[in-house]
Amino acid sequence: MLFPVLLIFIAAFTLLLTKRFAQSKYYRIISLLPFGLFAYFLSFLPAVSDGKKAVFFSNSWIPQLGISLDFKIDGLGLLFALLITGIGTLVYLYSSSYLRGHPLLHRFYSYLTMFMGAMLGVVLSDNIITLFIFWELTSISSFFLIGFNNEDEDSRKSAMWALSLTGLGGFFLLVSFTLIGAVAGTYSITELLNHSTDLIDSQYYYVIIFLLFIGAFTKSAQFPFHFWLPGAMKAPTPVSAYLHSATMVKAGIYLLARFSPVLSDGWVWNGTLMIVGGMTMSVAAYISLFKRDMKGILAYSTISALGLLVFFIGIGTETALFAAVTFILVHALYKATFFLSAGIVDHAVHTRDIRLLSGMGKAMPFVAIAVFIAALSSAGIPLTFGFISKELFYESVFESSLFYEWGIYALLALLLLTNAFIGTSGFMVGFKPFLGSLSHKPEDIHKPDFYLWLPPVLLSICTLLFGVLPSLADYGIVASATKSVFGEAVSQHLAIWHGFSPVLLLSLVTIFLAFLIYIIVFRKISGEKSGQEVKLHSLEKYSSKAVMTTIAVGIRKFAFSYTRFFHNGYLRIYLSIIIAFTTLIVGYKLFTDVDLKVNTEGLSAFRIYEFAVFVLILISIFFIIITRSRLTAILGTGVIGYCICLIFVFYGAPDIAITQFVIDTLTVVLFILVLSKLPSFLGYSNRKVIIRDAIIAGFFGILMSMLTLQALVYPSDKSVSNFYAENAYVVAKGKNVVNIILVDYRGFDTMIETIVLAIAAVGVYSILKYKTQDGER
Amino acid sequence: MAKDKDDLERKTVLKLQNTFLRTASNYLLPLLLLFSVFVLLRGHYLPGGGFVGGLIASIAFVLHSFAYNTRKTKLLFRRDPFFLIPSGLILSFVSAVLPTLIGKNFLSALWFAESLEVIGSVGSALIFDLGVYLVVVGVVLTILFTISENV
Repeated sequence: MLFPVLLIFIAAFTLLLTKRFAQSKYYRIISLLPFGLFAYFLSFLPAVSDGKKAVFFSNSWIPQLGISLDFKIDGLGLLFALLITGIGTLVYLYSSSYLRGHPLLHRFYSYLTMFMGAMLGVVLSDNIITLFIFWELTSISSFFLIGFNNEDEDSRKSAMWALSLTGLGGFFLLVSFTLIGAVAGTYSITELLNHSTDLIDSQYYYVIIFLLFIGAFTKSAQFPFHFWLPGAMKAPTPVSAYLHSATMVKAGIYLLARFSPVLSDGWVWNGTLMIVGGMTMSVAAYISLFKRDMKGILAYSTISALGLLVFFIGIGTETALFAAVTFILVHALYKATFFLSAGIVDHAVHTRDIRLLSGMGKAMPFVAIAVFIAALSSAGIPLTFGFISKELFYESVFESSLFYEWGIYALLALLLLTNAFIGTSGFMVGFKPFLGSLSHKPEDIHKPDFYLWLPPVLLSICTLLFGVLPSLADYGIVASATKSVFGEAVSQHLAIWHGFSPVLLLSLVTIFLAFLIYIIVFRKISGEKSGQEVKLHSLEKYSSKAVMTTIAVGIRKFAFSYTRFFHNGYLRIYLSIIIAFTTLIVGYKLFTDVDLKVNTEGLSAFRIYEFAVFVLILISIFFIIITRSRLTAILGTGVIGYCICLIFVFYGAPDIAITQFVIDTLTVVLFILVLSKLPSFLGYSNRKVIIRDAIIAGFFGILMSMLTLQALVYPSDKSVSNFYAENAYVVAKGKNVVNIILVDYRGFDTMIETIVLAIAAVGVYSILKYKTQDGER
Repeated sequence: MAKDKDDLERKTVLKLQNTFLRTASNYLLPLLLLFSVFVLLRGHYLPGGGFVGGLIASIAFVLHSFAYNTRKTKLLFRRDPFFLIPSGLILSFVSAVLPTLIGKNFLSALWFAESLEVIGSVGSALIFDLGVYLVVVGVVLTILFTISENV
């Protein structure tokens, strides 16, 4: 199992090197990668489908921290893995035609492969830290995919929004996972199932679920974080089909489903999910009616569908979870069809505005049939797969015992409206552009080739197949997937016919309403001019996108002025600020918390040469202060440096003395090098500045002396230095303890320090070179 | 007034580059380099080591560039001294990774059984220190050359 995951990432990086072959028509052969994985995962189906056991692969990674590369294939994981690789195969094929001739095609496939690997990692990891790492990888790889048209500013902006929101969510998720690990004492998801009560009873429970919710809601575009998803439609259409309908946005759903058996307390967990999901599903479905761009409509109906899933995971009864799991499959099938068809239309006539499109079915009959089936499935017409999940939705609300009677009716009404709206938006994308008289001249239409129309047709065949023979999906995967969410085997089965019941009536009302609203919207569309955005309402400036933009802009402004204040470019100001703050903070601590004393016991008497050095230092300081020449000042500091070297020598620290000596020499030399280029010495005309600096310097000097004296009061702990002295020769075979520490005991520090040095050199080099090049221009 | 002072300082700098210094630096450069290697090698037993050694070596070149000019000093190198930085980093890293190949921890020291005549026992710590030495020389010279060329 580790092997396929590693293989995907290796493939992702190898693809970067295939620029030369990217334009060849044989390049689509890489679709074999997801297809091979699809077949590989399909082979687990018999083992997992009875829902009794999960296939487990264990690899240790960082056992000290409890982090492992454990993978578990159970029903839920396998359902997602099959969706990811199955739809992935189709998207790979589709993109090879859709993006043919794009100069960066190899890069596109590299990102896509990286994304696929990350997504598989998310749904198959059994360790929550590993899960988190893959989770972040999906955010990063989707950033590259959304911003793939990186010369378009909107595209870059959308990519930034998506990354910052999902990244923010990921940050919260990490904290939540760490807390879970701390409370339960394990990071393994399988183990966590046994610690459910510990987690729910713990005092951190609300923090854990709150943070987890933010992670899941940002990823799955729930209110109020939903707005990145419509923005992400700037990505190439196959990406939208793959990431933003079938896979990535479902990662949040996956997370909620996976943690439902662990964290559901039957009250706060479920209530929050129902409120957020209910709000998202209804509002987004309503907004989708006001969009005229095919991808825009689809984006909002996707958000609505995700809301539905969150809502039903919130209800959390057996039927509800069964419905949700079924709907994951239903939605992935029809939404991918929609997106791929929208891409074909866009590719053919270069517009996605449904007001400009009609009669496309005459030009591309196969695509039209596929998209009709998808539209029917999204509206829940019998004999499509959508009908079955819709029935289950209504049934589970009827059954739920969580509410009072009026609550059930309210929920039913909400659900009815949402479903009707989703159906309408499906018709808007599925019927409007494809029916009627042809809007474009037949010779202007770029006919889709085989690899473009095959994927949506295959997907719609699946929709029909599962719609007519639901037991195929049921016994194959849905039942065992529900079991991993619900915790017990499911007693129900998918069926086409549930008998005459209120549920069937509701389904029929939904279909009727969807048609009715579609006719109203259709009339409205006919009266509109194309190319205009439909104004939704005047409250848009209070929408979450506007609020978050204001916050982001505010933070940037604050950071900018903050930086301007402290990084104003004057080295002397930096120094004064740093020294003044140090003096204040350390001085405060020294006076409030420390019992000031002077310990004269260990002090030895002045020797004559020490006294001489001391006088020398004083004289140089005096000269530095009064001189008006830079050269004198620099030489003066050099003298002080050498004097300090002498003091090191007197007190037996030859290593430090040598280093200090050499460093001092170098500093003086460097100073002299730049000296001739600098303006002549600044005569401080401003008396105030001199006094200010004198005060800061004076206080700092006093503070340092006091610190040194104070340090003498405490007996120093010799155990560390003794350890080094004793072990240096025995273990590390050296007699110079300082050097042994540098190259052996703390070798890692030294290595990092050399890297820091290197970075400093690169910094100096780039700043100075850049400046001269600028000046030359 | 200020301009006079400026000129005076420039002259002082120029005066440093006299014949004495040039002659001296011709002999001092190899001597100092040898000394720096000596300091590097003795580091394991007596005061010294890669860092100080590297600094001494760079001082040798700084002195040379003082006596002549940086362009002349640069001619002493076949490549840009910047090249020393990645070489040193790689050398240190390799010496740190080597122990993992025989199943020991990252950075644990390996030693040859026989110790050499002058240097003493040789091990991966010495290679590590040599890397540090190269990085230091590279960094100091890069900074020196860029500053003297561009300011």
